[in-house]
Amino acid sequence: MDQSSAVVRYEDAVVRKFAVMTVVWGIVGMLVGVVIAAQLLWPQLNFDIPWLTYSRLRPLHTNAVIFAFGGSALFASAYWCVQRTSRAPLFLPKLAEFTFWGWQAIIVAAAVTLPLGITQGKEYAELEWPIDIAIAVVWVAYAVVFFGTIAKRTVSHIYVANWFFGSFILAVALLHIVNSAAIPVSLWKSYSAYSGATDAMVQWWYGHNAVGFFLTAGFLGMMYYFVPKQIGKPIYSYRLSVVHFWALIAVYMWAGPHHLHYTALPDWVQSLGMVFSLVLLAPSWGGMINGIMTLSGAWDKLRTDPIVKFLIVSLSFYGMSTFEGPMMSIKTVNALSHYTDWGIGHVHSGALGWVAMISIGSMYALIPRAFGLPGMYSTKAINLHFWLATVGTVMYITAMWSAGLMQGLMWRATEADGTLTYSFVESLKATYPFYAVRLAGGVVFFSGMLVMAWNVVRTIKTPAVRAVPGAAGAAA
Amino acid sequence: MSTFWSCYIIVITVAMLAGCLWLLFANSRGKPGESTGHVWDDDLREFNNPLPRWWLNLFVLTVVFAAGYLVFYPGLGNLGGRLGWTSTKQMQENLDRITQRRRAAFAALAGKDIPALAQDPAARSLGHAVFLNNCAGCHGADARGAVGFPNLADNDWLFGGSPEAIVETITHGRQAAMPPIGAGLSAEAVQTLVDFVPFWSDPGLDAAKREAGMKQFALTCAACHGADGKGNQALGAPNLTDDIWLFRGGREGVRETIMHGRQGMMPAHENILSPDEIRVVASYVYGLSHGAQAGPPGQP
Repeated sequence: MDQSSAVVRYEDAVVRKFAVMTVVWGIVGMLVGVVIAAQLLWPQLNFDIPWLTYSRLRPLHTNAVIFAFGGSALFASAYWCVQRTSRAPLFLPKLAEFTFWGWQAIIVAAAVTLPLGITQGKEYAELEWPIDIAIAVVWVAYAVVFFGTIAKRTVSHIYVANWFFGSFILAVALLHIVNSAAIPVSLWKSYSAYSGATDAMVQWWYGHNAVGFFLTAGFLGMMYYFVPKQIGKPIYSYRLSVVHFWALIAVYMWAGPHHLHYTALPDWVQSLGMVFSLVLLAPSWGGMINGIMTLSGAWDKLRTDPIVKFLIVSLSFYGMSTFEGPMMSIKTVNALSHYTDWGIGHVHSGALGWVAMISIGSMYALIPRAFGLPGMYSTKAINLHFWLATVGTVMYITAMWSAGLMQGLMWRATEADGTLTYSFVESLKATYPFYAVRLAGGVVFFSGMLVMAWNVVRTIKTPAVRAVPGAAGAAA
Repeated sequence: MSTFWSCYIIVITVAMLAGCLWLLFANSRGKPGESTGHVWDDDLREFNNPLPRWWLNLFVLTVVFAAGYLVFYPGLGNLGGRLGWTSTKQMQENLDRITQRRRAAFAALAGKDIPALAQDPAARSLGHAVFLNNCAGCHGADARGAVGFPNLADNDWLFGGSPEAIVETITHGRQAAMPPIGAGLSAEAVQTLVDFVPFWSDPGLDAAKREAGMKQFALTCAACHGADGKGNQALGAPNLTDDIWLFRGGREGVRETIMHGRQGMMPAHENILSPDEIRVVASYVYGLSHGAQAGPPGQP
C-alpha cells in the first residue's frame, strides 16, 4: 500500500504546522465569536474598553475564523492533497515554509490592528493596505508552490480536488487584489480606489466570491480528497464533477449583487445577481451529490466512523445553505430577510455546518496520517465532538432564523393608517431570547473545539509508528 | 449606459446561460457504474455515473427561469424588460398607497383640538406610532426621558405644557443654555449654592444655609430661574424648587452644572413631520400628563 509513498518523499512538515494552527485559530476565532454573542446580550461586557467593543471584535471574529482557521485548514489540506494526487513533493518547499510563517504573521497583524480600530471598513476585507500587500505576496507564493507541484506531477490526470483548490487560489488572488485597491494616506489609513455604488459593487463581488471560492471551492477540494479517502470508495461521478465545477466557478462570479438588493445599484445589475444566484443552486448541489453518493453502498460507516459523520453531515449543511442562499437572493424574499439576523443564521449554517465541520473532519483524517499514526488518540472524543458541533450548529441557526423572520416581520408591520407598528428598539428587545439561544449554541460548538484540542495534543504526543516525511530523525 | 456596454452585457449574459445548457447536454450521457480508470494516491478512483436526472432538470429549470425573468424584468443592459418594472416605480407605488391611507386617517381627525385628540383612541394610536419612531430615541419608549432628556409624562414643563407650547416645541425645536457661571464665582459662592439648591424642597435644610443660599441665588441665578426659583418657561430655565432634575441632582450634579454649564437641545421637526403628524404626536404627549397611559390605546 505505502509503496508509492516510500518512493516519493512528501514535504509534510508545513502540512503539520498548518494542521495544528487550524485547531489553535479555530479555538481563538470561535472564542471571540462567543464573546461578541455574549456582548449582544450583555453590552456591558465590553467594560468600556475601546478595543473590546463589539464593533472591533466582530471583524476580528470573522477574519479569525475565515482566514486564520479556514485558511490554515485549506493550506494544510491543499499541500497534503496536491503532493499525493500528483505523486510529487511540494515545489519549492522553502517557499511553502514561507507561506506558513507569512500567513501566521498576517493573522497576528490582523489580531493587533483590528482591535485598535485600524480598518478599511470593507466586510471580510477590513485589513489595511500594508497587510493587504503582505497577503498578496503570500498568496502568490501559495499559487507558485501549488501550481509548481501540479506541473511536476508524475501522473497524467489532474485530480478533481486540485481543480477546486486551483480555482480557489487563482480566484482569491484576483478578488483580493481588485477589491483591496486603495490609495494610502498614511501607514495605517487608506481610501478605496472606487467610489459610491461602484465601490459597493466591487466589495460585494469580492464578498460573495470570498464565500464562493474561499469558503466553497477550497473546501470542496478538501471534500473531494477526504471523502473518498475516508470512505474508501470511488467518487460517484467524474462527469458530474466536470459539470458542477465549471458551472460553479463561472456562475459564482455573477451572484454578488444580491447583497445589494433595493439599493442605489442599478436595477439591471440587481436582476442579474438574482437570476444567477438561482442558477447557482444546481452547481452547488452537484458537489453535495457527488460527496454523499460516494458513500452509497457504505452507509454503515455513518454509524461506525465519526469522521465520516463529520464529512457527510457537513455536506448536508452545505446543501441546506446553498438552497437557502438562492432563496434569499430572490428580491421579494430578500426584502424580508435583508439586514435581519436571518443573514447571520444563513452564514453560520454555511460557516459552522459546512466549512467548520468539513475542516474538522478532514483534520481528524489528516493529522494522524501526517504524524505517522494509524488514527486519532480517541475515537470516542471525535464522536463527542461531532455531537457537540451538530447540536451547537442547529441551536445557533434555528435561533437566528426565528430571530430574523421575527425582525423582518416587525420592521415591515404597519398600522391601518400606514405608520410603523413597532420601533426598532422593540424588535431588539424581542430578539433577546434568541440571542441567548444563539450564545448557548455557540458555547456548545466552541466546547467541541476544546475536545478536539485535547484529542490532537494526545495524538501528537503518541510516538509515530511510521516514518514521517520531513520530521527530524526521519531523514535517514 | 452606452450602446456598446449594453450590448456587451447582453452578449455575456446570454452566453453564460447558453454555456450552462451546453455544458449540461454535452455531458448528459453515460452508463451507470462505469469507471474512468484513473487512480490517484493509491486508492482514489472515480466512477463516471450519468448526471442525476432530477438534478439536470433542476439545473435546466433555473436557467429557463433566469431567461424568462430577464425577458420581463430589467437585466439585459438597456433593455428594460417587458413589464416596464423599475424599483423606483415600485417604491413610488407603495409610498402613494401609504400616503393615501394616512390622508384618510388624518381626515377623520380634522377639526378636533389637541385635548380632544388626546382622548381619541385612533389619534392616540397614530400619535404613539409617530412618537416611537421619532421621539422615543431620546425620550424613551415610555416617554419618561433620561439624563438630559426631559420626562414628558410628569406634567413638569421646561417650555410650557399647553397644547400650543407642545406644538411649538416639536415644530421649531428648543434651545436652552445654562452658562458655566462657576467660572466667575469664588469657591465659597459655588459651595454656598451647592449646599442650598439641591435641598430647596427639603424642609429640614439648615436655616443659615438656606439664607446664605438665597442671597447668593438672588445675585447669580435669579435672573433666569426667578427670585422664587420656580424657573422661566420663556427661557427653558427649570424650576429648582421641586425634586425633578433634568441633569443630575444632588451636590455633585449641581456643582457640575454650575461649573461647566449645560446645553439643552430639542431639534426642530418641521421638515421631518407633517403638520398632521405634529398635531397627533403633540396630543399623544399632552395626553400622557392628562390621564392617558404611555403606549398604544387599549394596553394596560
